[in-house]
Formats: sequence, C-alpha cells, structure tokens
Amino acid sequence: MAPESTSPLRRLLATREASVVGALIVTVIAASFWIEGFATGRNTGFLILDIAAIALIALPMTLIVITGEIDLSVASTLGLTSAVMGQLWVMGLPLETIVPLCVVLGAVLGAVNGLLVTVAGLPSLAVTIGTMALYRGLAYVVLGDRAVADFPFSWTGGATARIGETQIPWVVLLVIGLAVVFGVVLHATPVGRALYAIGNNDEAARFSGISVRMTKLWLFVASGAVSAVAGVFWTLQYSSARADNAAGLELSVVAAVLLGGVSIFGGSGALAGVIGGVLLLGTIRNALQLADVSSDTLSIVTGLLLVISVVAPNVVTRLKERRRATAPPPDRAAADSSPSSSPTVPAPSKR
Amino acid sequence: MSTPTTAPSPQVQEHGGGDAKAGRRLRQVREVGILLALVLLIVVTTVVNPNFLSAQSLRDLLLGATLLTILAVGQTLVIVTRSVDLSVGSILGLTAFAVGSLFIAFPNLPIPVVAVAGVLIGAVCGAVNGALVAAARVPALVVTLGTLYVFRGVDHWLAGGRQINAADMPGPFLALGRATVLGIPVLALVAVVVVAAVGWYLSSYRSGRELYAIGSEPAAARLSGISVDRRIFAAFVANGALAGLAGVLYAARFGTLDATVGTGLELQVVAAAVVGGVAIFGGSGTVLGAALGAVLLTTIGSALPILRVDGFWQQAVVGLLILIAIGMDRLLAVRAERRLRGGESRGA
Repeated sequence: MAPESTSPLRRLLATREASVVGALIVTVIAASFWIEGFATGRNTGFLILDIAAIALIALPMTLIVITGEIDLSVASTLGLTSAVMGQLWVMGLPLETIVPLCVVLGAVLGAVNGLLVTVAGLPSLAVTIGTMALYRGLAYVVLGDRAVADFPFSWTGGATARIGETQIPWVVLLVIGLAVVFGVVLHATPVGRALYAIGNNDEAARFSGISVRMTKLWLFVASGAVSAVAGVFWTLQYSSARADNAAGLELSVVAAVLLGGVSIFGGSGALAGVIGGVLLLGTIRNALQLADVSSDTLSIVTGLLLVISVVAPNVVTRLKERRRATAPPPDRAAADSSPSSSPTVPAPSKR
Repeated sequence: MSTPTTAPSPQVQEHGGGDAKAGRRLRQVREVGILLALVLLIVVTTVVNPNFLSAQSLRDLLLGATLLTILAVGQTLVIVTRSVDLSVGSILGLTAFAVGSLFIAFPNLPIPVVAVAGVLIGAVCGAVNGALVAAARVPALVVTLGTLYVFRGVDHWLAGGRQINAADMPGPFLALGRATVLGIPVLALVAVVVVAAVGWYLSSYRSGRELYAIGSEPAAARLSGISVDRRIFAAFVANGALAGLAGVLYAARFGTLDATVGTGLELQVVAAAVVGGVAIFGGSGTVLGAALGAVLLTTIGSALPILRVDGFWQQAVVGLLILIAIGMDRLLAVRAERRLRGGESRGA
C-alpha cells in the first residue's frame, strides 16, 4: 500500500499542475466534440494569438509571485510601450531602432518598480498599483487618445504570420523559447531554488546568503522587459498603437498564474501549471465564444474558475486534517514513522 | 505577501504604553499632510482661476468625491484587517443596475425600499466575499479578483445589453441626486455621515479596535480570543453594503445605467485609501484619512484642467501621488521605529 501511494507517478498526478493540465485536456476534448469549428487549425491559430500576450507576461509574473511579490503594472507597461512605439514611428524612426528601444524602456520601467520595492522597501502591491496608474497615465501623455495604425505590413503581417504551411503563428516559438528560459531558471538553477526560499521566508533566505534584493530587482526588470516585448507584439498584431492597449490585462495574467497553482503568498508553484492555467483560461474563453455564449457568462466562468481553483485544495486539505485528527492513533503513528508518506496535497501556506 | 515594512511599526507603538501618543501623532501628521496638499492644490487652482472656489464648483467637487469616499471608507474596514476587496467596482455596478431594474419592474415601489434593497444586494455580495475569505481561508486578493469577474458577469447577465435611462426611474429619486441642504448636496451629506459613523465605530468600539488587532497580527489576535473569522466576515459585509449604497447613489446621480458602470473603480478606491495613509498590509489607517485621500484624488481630477495641465496627465499624477504617499509612510515608519528603538535601550 505505502509504496504504491507514494510512487512518483501518483505523486505527480496529485499535484496542482496535473489537475490544471487534466482540466485543460477535458476542456479540449469536450470542446472538440460539441463545438463546431473548435478543433480546426484556423481556430487554434486564433486562440494562440489571443493568449500570446498573457502567456508572455505570465512567465516573469510566475517568478515574481513565487518570491511573494506581485507586479500589477504589467498591462500599463505594455500600454506605455505601445504608445511610445507609435509616437517614435510618427516621428520617423525606423522600427528596427524602435523595437529595441521599447524593450529597453520596459526594462527601465521594471527597474523603477524593482528599486522602489527593494531599495525603498515598499510593498510591491502598493508600488505597482501606483506605477500602474503612472505608466498608463504617461502613455496618455505620450500619445493622448490618438491611435497610430500605419505600421508597414511587412511588420504587422509578420507578427501574425504562420509557420510554413501550418496555421500555427510563429509567436508560439517566442512564447515557448521564453518559457524554456524561465522554466530552466526556476526549476533547474540555484537562482530558482533561491526564489522559492525567498517566497517561503524572506529573512531566512537573506541569512542563508541569498541576495534577496538583487534577485527581486532583476525579476522586476525581466517583468518590465517581457511586458514591453508583449507590447510590441500587441501593437503589431492589432496594427494599432494606443495608450489604452491591454487595459485591465494585469488581472487576467494574475488570474492565470493563480489558476496555475502558484500560491499568492509565494514559496510554491510551477511554471508548467501556469502555462496550463493560461491555456485553460484561453481555451474556455475561445470555446464559449465559438458556442456563442455571451461575454457575461465568460466572465462568470473566469471568476468561478479562479475561486474554485483556490477554494477546492483548501477544503480538501482541511477535510484531510480533520480525518487525520479523528483517525485511530496507531494509524497516525505509522504514518508519522514512514518517511515516504509525505502529504500528497501541498499544504497552503498559512498567514 | 511578506513585507515587514509599513504595517507593524505604528502598531508596535500602540502597544508600547507611553508611545500610544506618538502613534496618534504619527497618524495626525499623515492626515494633516493630505489636508495641506489638498489646501495647497485648492489655493493654487483658485489663484489661477477664482471661479474654482465658487459655490457651484465646490458643490460639483463634493458630489464628485461622494462615491469614491464611501467606497474608500468601506475599503478601509477591509484593508485594516489585512485583506483587500477588489470586487467593489463590480458590486457598485451590479447594485446600480439592480436598482434601476427594480424601478422598471415595480414602478410603485417606495424609494426607501429600493434603496434598502440596493444596500442589501451589496451586503450579500460582501457576504459571499467574506464567507470565502473567512470560512474557506482563501486569500482576499484572489477571492475578490474572482468575484470581480463573477459580479460583473451577473451584472451583464442582468442587463443583457440593455441600458436604463433617467426616464425609467422616478423623478423624486433622481432629484435626490441633485438636491441640496443649505447649499450642500444631499449625497455629500450621506458620505459625511458614513465617514463619521464608521470612523467613530473604528476608533471607539471594541470590535472596531479588534479589526486593527487582526490586521497587525492575525495569529496574535486569534490567541488573545478575538473571533478573527467573524470580524473579517463582518468587515466584508459592511464593505459590500457600502458599495451597494454607493451603487444606489450612482443610480440617483447619473440616471443612465448600463453593465459597465463602475468598471475599474476598485483600483481608484484602493489608491484613495493608500494615499489616505491606510497601510496596505493592515493594522493602521483611519477612515478620515481614506476619505481625505478620495477627496484629494477627485480634486486633482477637476483642478488639472483649470491649471491648464493636459487632462492626459491626470492618471500619471495620481500614480505619482500613490508612490509619494507610500514613500512618506515608509519614511515615517522608519523614523518612528528608530525613535522606539532608542526608547527601548534607555529602558534597558
């Protein structure tokens, strides 16, 4: 009994990531059966384009949330980048120069967040609510309520171009490439381990020699830079630079990250779960839209999914605790003595 | 989220016996600071354009600040307990539309009944949030991010693409939105009453003080016998009810309602509270401060065009103000901590 219940496969299946991926598979199968036009290459292409920006920004956001911080300014960084891109284009700069400048700008905006959090020691939730308003405001200062839409087709068409003869847009390669980079950093390097350590206990991490401040600073820089990349992509994809581009997207990104099983208090979560969360949210939205379900049901589903995904594991843990408390003592002693019986459901961090 | 920054220090002072006075002084410094900023802004704007201080424009200013003030007061109740409620914009939208629908469905319903119904709908929404946070122990940020979508979805479902116009609502109800007593708008008086009542409750009632205790250290609050879950639940219900009240007032003031009313308002509300000195991680801050924050944000909005600052700057200025406010709080906290540490060494 005991070895079976703790076999690597069983443990893997019990993780949060597995349940998100499971839900994703069920959704895809169900949608393919019942919803006309879902399981087509064309639709898959649209779905990927739709979620590309969220997927990109969710990558650094995952790492930030794991360290116990949050960045709510990402959508405003995207908007400001888009506005600056439009303004520079109007001023006659070539896009080859504009795009790198935009990414640098994003990194600088991220660095401002990072410095306020690490050097000034301010809570990231409050800082990034402030910079969310500031960056979005600056976007309006730069571009006003104008829209710049005359980007050359070689660029706008390129942003939505498909790979060869398939219907898959090339941007998927960008997402996968960055996902691999962030995944490797998080799960296969000392830096990644440090992120979990910081999220679990900031102070203990510092005493164990981790440079908490530098780590967090670089995460915010990465978040800004990736948001800027998403901004460039967004602008080209919709062929429109506007100050209000992607307004409110930060909530979708945070929702996807939390749905993917990252604890809002930091210290736990995996990138695979987050990618599953992004895909799950995107697929459900896409399927419901194809099924002509109105947008109100869409937002109800998004919200319920988020709440249930967090409530359910909590309830399961509490039920288990109760059962363990009422179980006969020998059982408990056996469970305690066997070293391999680690709890399959990760206990939520208590605060 | 782990931040040993702004929240603890003022609280430390309150428990520090003789330093309670210092804690009070700190909060007063904070409120006087906002008040000074507000006065400065009004003076400068009036110098540029004397009409800014006319009775009519002051009335508009008060009216404009009403909704944000009421929401910021409710948000303070929640933030003080180390939670946050991001769903208030959706609750306001939902109740506003529900109030309009009630008038259409039952044209003969007395206005007070409809108003109470609106407040109750808000309270029910708040109870959903509170139950999930307190009973299921889910972080408030996550819960209310979820219910932000859910309540907005219900609002859309209720509206079904329709729009409610002023003609659909009874005249006396809409007149309430424009009525004045001694030259002061009735809606602003409602906000003043809310600020006074909640402020008095938070500072003078045992259960009000317990909200601060919960926010400064939930575990300690629980150990000292405070029914933490019940208090947090109640804070969310009260916040929901206030958001419901704001929804009713919105319907009376604007008359035109659709499913997008109040979208994105949650962040302005949190901003008002933070600018007003309510620490985002709980345990400190006053209702008066939050209300002043709301008035300051609204005043900036109407002063900028007069100062011939491009209207596009408004949001950037608000963002800057939030950063300055939390920076100031941090500075004050660090100073207080240093002073406290000095006091300790003398004691030892």
